Amino acid sequence: MTTVDDQSVGMDYLESFPKKFLRVYLPLGLIIFFLLFPFYWMAVTTFKPDAEMYDYEKYNPFLIAHPTLEHIKKLFFDTDYPLWMWNTVIVSVSSTFISLFASVCAAYAIERLRYTGSRYVGLAIFLGYLVPPSILFIPLAAIVFQLGLFDGNLALILTYPTFLIPFCTWLLMGYFRTIPYELEECALIDGATRLQILVKITLPLSLPGVISAGIFAFTLSWNEFIYALTFISSSENKTIPVGAITELVNGDVYHWGALMAAALTGSVPVVILYSFFVEYYVSAMTGAVKE
Amino acid sequence: MAVIAEPVTAQLKRSSLWSRAFESRNFLGAMFMVPAIAILILFLAYPLALGFWLGMTDTKIGGVGRYIGFANFVSLSKDSVFWLSVFNTIFYTVFASIVKFAIGLYLALLLNERLPFKSMVRAIVLLPFVVPTVLSAIAFWWIYDSQFSIISWVLIKAGLLTNYIDFLGDPWNARWSVVLANIWRGVPFVAITLLAGLQTISPSLYEAANLDGATNMQRFRHITLPMLSPIIAVVMTFSVLMTFTDFQLIYTITRGGPINATHLMATLSFQRAITGGNLGEGAAISNAMIPFLVAAILLSFFGLQRSRWQQGGRD
Repeated sequence: MTTVDDQSVGMDYLESFPKKFLRVYLPLGLIIFFLLFPFYWMAVTTFKPDAEMYDYEKYNPFLIAHPTLEHIKKLFFDTDYPLWMWNTVIVSVSSTFISLFASVCAAYAIERLRYTGSRYVGLAIFLGYLVPPSILFIPLAAIVFQLGLFDGNLALILTYPTFLIPFCTWLLMGYFRTIPYELEECALIDGATRLQILVKITLPLSLPGVISAGIFAFTLSWNEFIYALTFISSSENKTIPVGAITELVNGDVYHWGALMAAALTGSVPVVILYSFFVEYYVSAMTGAVKE
Repeated sequence: MAVIAEPVTAQLKRSSLWSRAFESRNFLGAMFMVPAIAILILFLAYPLALGFWLGMTDTKIGGVGRYIGFANFVSLSKDSVFWLSVFNTIFYTVFASIVKFAIGLYLALLLNERLPFKSMVRAIVLLPFVVPTVLSAIAFWWIYDSQFSIISWVLIKAGLLTNYIDFLGDPWNARWSVVLANIWRGVPFVAITLLAGLQTISPSLYEAANLDGATNMQRFRHITLPMLSPIIAVVMTFSVLMTFTDFQLIYTITRGGPINATHLMATLSFQRAITGGNLGEGAAISNAMIPFLVAAILLSFFGLQRSRWQQGGRD
């Protein structure tokens, strides 16, 4: 689970700076530039007035001569964007909590109770992760309609766990495995019930795993698109990705400023969340990979 | 004595039944599984089965369908747009996956070096993976704009071009454009996961190889690659699955255009089922993806078995 900070071996420190620059820093810099450029472009467009955005002759497109908040203002006050933001938060938070609850129970049962057939159930749940939403959305649309959930947050809150539970369960199983079984045995001898053991011993010890599963679930549901596009029809019920794509484009007129502002402000919450927990994420991956 | 003895034994009996049930791992296990299994059966297993069924009906939105057997598949087999979408899907998956793997592995090796601000660099690298795909795809849509593309502008200023490139208006340009956007999005996942894999390789192996006078290339070829291969198989299975069933990028950037040149099977099935109202036909198109997905999973599964067997491990 621990991330080893320095893996460089042997006599790397003898390497001269220019050589290391050519071998490591330059290619790394180029790749990072490639990965970051779209965000830079998003930000530049967001704060650039229309006059500059469509005039590459007079203004350098990479810079902003007269920064403006006009696009963000338009997005927040002239569109349903605040509602989309609210829906996205509600849906992501609810489906994350449902999935975490179901996954903690399932992972604990599979990994710790080891009931008859738990291996196969665990494998079946993992296989569920390999079923892509683009195969499920058509029958799910029929089901959502039959249950009367069409065009409401509940349709998304109940369907998102189908791709969150398999992932979270798999991640948590790996975490529970790292907790010494002896701790639970001691508690059992002392007369604790299974539920007490789960809540007072296993869960606190696997908190980093639960947190990374939660962050993962949250960002996956924030990112979800095809279900939200299919199950939601009125503007006030949409999530950010769907709202941006379907409501900010009027016929052939693209409001690039507002679109980029939506892309930027819709990305910021998940980016902030991730930047706090990126080490958890990498160590969770390492823990999962070690198996 | 006798008066109170009766209820006490009854209580004891009842509590022992309960406590015995709660001590039984099988009963307790089943109870703990209920929330996950209920959701997965209702919204995953049942729809999967329903999807198979829908693909063999002529269901329209808002109507009840009839069973028509394989008629949907027969008509699809004569549908040139469907075959074009199959071609596009394979093209998209093959090129994007190969490049994602190459850049991802290279980036993982670079990130595994001794670097200043290591964790910050990692956080930055993850960004394209973290940001909602549709929102970053909007940025690519703007980057590929026919009149205001920043790529065209730079190339013209550099004197390499005279005209703006019509990125999304020309079939082949559009195909390569969406492949590039997919690579951009997928590289961080491959890189970070492979980096996690690299960190599990024991440094002592490299030290031993150093003492034996192995070159960098030899160390990579004989230590890194074999030790990494199980993770490579897992990552690439996921990457291929996600690319093959991709919907968001295409729907946002091209909606399948120009003239269906970038339609993937997923976007075509959405168009036929939801926009066009032919649920049955759309379901048949998504069902047609399943054999490819199963093949990808089996391939990596048997690949893993084989490498394990070659290394002398048990199954």
